[in-house]
Amino acid sequence: MSWNIWALKKSPWVFHVNTGACNNCDIEIVNCLTPKFDVERFGIKLVGSPRHADALLVTGAVTAQARPRLEEVYRQTPKPCVVFAIGACACDRGIFHNSYHVVGPVDKIIKAIDPDAIIAYVPGCPPKPEAIISGVVKALAVL
Amino acid sequence: MKKTIGKPVLAVGPFHPLQEEIEFFQLTIDGEIVTDIDVRISYNHRGIEKISETLQYDQVPFLVSRICGICSASHPLAYVQAVEEMADITPPDRAMYIRTIINELERIHSHLLWVGLGGHFIGYDTVFMWAWKYREPVLELLEEITGNRNNYGNVKVGGCREDIKDEIIPRMLKELETVERKTDMLTNAILDDPVLHARLKGVGILTREDAIKCAVTGPTARGSGVDIDVRRDDPYAAYSDLDWKVIVQPEGDVFAKAVVRLLETFEAIKIIRQALNKLPGGPIAVEVKDIPAGEAVGHVEAPRGETFHYVRGDGGNTPVRHKVRAPSYVNVPSFAASCIGQSISDVTLTLASVDPCYSCTERIAVIDSDNKIVCDYNMLVKLSREKTQRIKEESGLEGITLKEE
Repeated sequence: MSWNIWALKKSPWVFHVNTGACNNCDIEIVNCLTPKFDVERFGIKLVGSPRHADALLVTGAVTAQARPRLEEVYRQTPKPCVVFAIGACACDRGIFHNSYHVVGPVDKIIKAIDPDAIIAYVPGCPPKPEAIISGVVKALAVL
Repeated sequence: MKKTIGKPVLAVGPFHPLQEEIEFFQLTIDGEIVTDIDVRISYNHRGIEKISETLQYDQVPFLVSRICGICSASHPLAYVQAVEEMADITPPDRAMYIRTIINELERIHSHLLWVGLGGHFIGYDTVFMWAWKYREPVLELLEEITGNRNNYGNVKVGGCREDIKDEIIPRMLKELETVERKTDMLTNAILDDPVLHARLKGVGILTREDAIKCAVTGPTARGSGVDIDVRRDDPYAAYSDLDWKVIVQPEGDVFAKAVVRLLETFEAIKIIRQALNKLPGGPIAVEVKDIPAGEAVGHVEAPRGETFHYVRGDGGNTPVRHKVRAPSYVNVPSFAASCIGQSISDVTLTLASVDPCYSCTERIAVIDSDNKIVCDYNMLVKLSREKTQRIKEESGLEGITLKEE
C-alpha cells in the first residue's frame, strides 16, 4: 500500500457532484451528515472544493451539459481520488438509459479521461444512507 | 447571455458548495450590491417528456416520480389524475385518502428540509441539524407504508399500489405527535431568534404585485400575500372532506416564506391526523381496462407550488404527448424581482427562499447526433419570434404587435 492511499483511508474528504440527478441521492448524501447518521464522526467531511477532495460522490446519469463539468472537476482533484457512483443513474443511467440528452454512465466518462481511476458503485434508487455509508466503508477497506 | 461589459460579474455555480444541484447564476455587482442577475440552467435536462412517450401508461408514474426526488409523490399524482380524467375513472375513496396522506407526509419532509437548508445558507447549522433530525421519523413512516424513503411509486392509474395497514395507524398517530411537538419547538425557536430575525426579515422582498406579475405559485406566492392553493381552489384526492386552512403571509420577505412553510407543516399534520381517523374501508384500486384517445390535465399542489401535467393519448397503450410544468419553472424568474438591490451575502439565501428545484425545471437543449448542442435559448427565442411573425403574416394579423416590455 502506497503512503498516499494509506493517508486517504484515514479521513476521506468528499466533494459532491450532481451531474443531472433527481435530488434524491443528493438528499440522502446530505442526510448522512445530519444527526441520525453523522458520518463526520468517522472523519468523512463534505468539502466545498474538488481541490480539497479525496473522493468524489457523483450522482446522476451525466447529461450532455454536465459532462465537460464533471471531467473538469475530476481533473481538479488531487490523485489518487476515489469516484463513488451513487445511485442507479450514476451506476448505469437507470430509468434514463434511452434519453437523448444522457451521455453517462459515470464510469464511462471518468475512464475516458483517466483509465486508472478508482470507481466504486453504490446502487439503489435512491440508496439509503446506510447503503452509502456501507459502500464507502467497503471501498476504503479494499483499497 | 446578457451583455455585462465593463461591470464586475460574480459567477455562482455550476458546482457551488451551497447548491445541491448544478445551476449557474451570473450576478452583475456594483460593490456589494447586485445590480443584475442572469440564470443559466438546463444542466439537468434529461428528456423526461420524450422518454415518457416510449413507456406504457402504467410505467410512466415511476418515471415522473424521478423528475424530482422531493416532489416524488406530487408529480405521479398529477399525471395519474390527468389519465384518470381522460379515461373517466374514479378511484375508490380509500385510495383518495391514502394519496392525501402520502402527499402531506411529503410536504412535511420537504418543508423541514427547506428550513434546514435555509439555516445552512445563513451559516446557522444548528437549525440545519435540528430540522433534518426531525424529518427522519417522517421518512421512516413513508418507508413503512410505501417501501422506500423517497420515490414512493405508490400511485397508479385507478388507485394506489400499497395500502396503509390498520395495525400501523396507531403508531403513525403517535409518531405524528412526536413530529408535531418537535416542529413546534423548532418553530418557536426560529420565530423568537433575534439572529434569524436580523438575517431574514426584510431580505429578498417579493412584493404582491411582482408575485402576481411573475405568476409565482406555492409558498413563494403565499409568502407574498397571494392567496392561492390548488388543494382548496380545485380540490383533488380527499382535501375537500378535511378541515384545514391556507397559510398566507403578506410581507414577501424570506422570513415570511419560512413562516408559511413552518405553519403549513402543522396544517399537514392536522390533515394526516384527520385522514387517518376517517380512513374509509374498501379496495384501494379499481381495474383499468384501456385508456381511450383524448387529452386531459391534472394539477397538484406540490410542496413548492402547482405541478401541472398534460397528457394526450391516441387510444394506444402509451401517451403520445406528455407535458410537465413544474412549480420552480415559474418561481425561478421571480429572482429578477427579489434579488436586484440586495447585497451578495443575502442573494444566496434569496435564491434558496423559493426552494428552487432545477431537476424539475430543466427544459430544452437541441442536440445533433454527436451530442453537440446546436440550438440554445437565444436561438429558440429567435426561432419562435420568427414563427409568430410568419403566422401573423399568413393569417393577415400583422397589424397586431406584441407590446415590448
